[in-house]
Amino acid sequence: MRKVAVIGVGCTSFGEKWETSFRNLFVEAGALALEDAGLSGEQIDEMFVGNMSAGRFVEQEHVGALIADYAGLATNHIPSTRVEAACASGGLAFRQAVTAVASGMADIVVAAGVEKMTDVGTGVSVDALAGAADREWEGFAGATFPGLYAMIATDYMHRYGLTREQLAGVAVKNHRNGAKNPRAQFRSEITVDTVINSSLVADPLRLFDCSPITDGAAAVIVAPLERAREFTDTPIRVLGSGQATDTISLHDRRDICTLDATMVAGERAFHAAGVERTQIDMIEVHDCFTIAELCAIEDLGFCAKGQAGILTEEGVTALDGDLPVNPSGGLKACGHPVGATGIKQIYEIITQLRGEATGRQIDGEIGMTHNVGGTGATVVCHILGV
Amino acid sequence: MSVARFWRKQPQRYNLEGTRCETCGRRFFPPRTFCPDCRRDGKVVEHRFNGTGQVVTHTVIRTASEQFDAQTPYVLAIVQLDEGPRLTAQVICAPEEVYIGMQVKKAFRRIGAESASGPLYYGTKFVPVE
Repeated sequence: MRKVAVIGVGCTSFGEKWETSFRNLFVEAGALALEDAGLSGEQIDEMFVGNMSAGRFVEQEHVGALIADYAGLATNHIPSTRVEAACASGGLAFRQAVTAVASGMADIVVAAGVEKMTDVGTGVSVDALAGAADREWEGFAGATFPGLYAMIATDYMHRYGLTREQLAGVAVKNHRNGAKNPRAQFRSEITVDTVINSSLVADPLRLFDCSPITDGAAAVIVAPLERAREFTDTPIRVLGSGQATDTISLHDRRDICTLDATMVAGERAFHAAGVERTQIDMIEVHDCFTIAELCAIEDLGFCAKGQAGILTEEGVTALDGDLPVNPSGGLKACGHPVGATGIKQIYEIITQLRGEATGRQIDGEIGMTHNVGGTGATVVCHILGV
Repeated sequence: MSVARFWRKQPQRYNLEGTRCETCGRRFFPPRTFCPDCRRDGKVVEHRFNGTGQVVTHTVIRTASEQFDAQTPYVLAIVQLDEGPRLTAQVICAPEEVYIGMQVKKAFRRIGAESASGPLYYGTKFVPVE
């Protein structure tokens, strides 16, 4: 296999972007990535687009072709493929692009993610997102996506004594980071009181435990490492990639509050990269809900089960801590356009490793991403380094 | 959910008709037609569950999809059946009454409706055992 590097990145601002359409979101992110890499469209060999549910959100399927068309690449007839794994669609699109380059099938490949979620009302988006779980045997019973993570939180708090305040600390930390990120949906700091006084969505999770409904897109360009310096002075290496699946339903898991797929995907990425956990300088994890960030830190092996709340409370996961988690603000504050999130995570780590994360810069050489589909039925992890 | 899609699973939804693998004895609800342990050596047959169990974890849904919006708040739980498998279902009790370890049994209940004049959906919820 060939070694792979990221040579260009682009990301739209995240938020309720009433003025921007699905296709224009992508075009903006793609153009930024091409410009960043100093590439012209003719140099693109292939494209992978992560998108969860354009069919439900904007009644549009056949996303690969649409995106290629409006990116001006249809007349070049490049292969363009939509990749779907619910909220892990972006991370998977990146993995597909890396695989294409590593295998030698293509040289210059775009990995993108896009989601336009605000063209439908809350009821429709809640229902569309519930499609990430088992429609027949979770959704039919009345399960919502926050409801499933709420059941993870109930189990976790019962077993490990996590306090309501410790859980809120995750949102407070991520809003503090988001306030420093010009692309974040929420740029206001909040307090523990903001979280614990917000309305209940699914007990014990409250509104400020939940990532928002977001429009946004992100794109990155990968190339063989040996060619990377043709395009950029600051290529970032893809050191390792890991992907894993688990049962689609939460009720079928070995352990309700452990994401086995995170453990396995993480281990695969560490193994592929030949990197130890102590070498990781920063992580972007999939905090679709506050409880999910704590599970991620533990299941990736950065601390023992039940300890991540204490770590957060002690500031270990803050920007200036020993293990900064979600410098972008995470899904909670940066926003969660579901198909784009996995690519935004890569974008953030690349920006950090290049030293371009003004106002929230972390000193480091190796970063990691962790992207989850559903309640943990798909997990994809990447390790990136200078 | 279309009428055919719902009708197809009526025995499973109404009566907790699941499956079990005769090779290894493992029971499945929701039903599986392929045993993940025995794979091609498995022999999967129907199995009706008696429907007693206990709450493993729970929540109270306050914001629901359109279909369930009128029912909020409602208690949702993962129930461990005494016969083995776990499933996701509503528990009929007040939000403050549910707890981990609560003993429950199955109850045939209306789950929802397609629309004001559309088909009604029935299925299994759980009620606390006195």
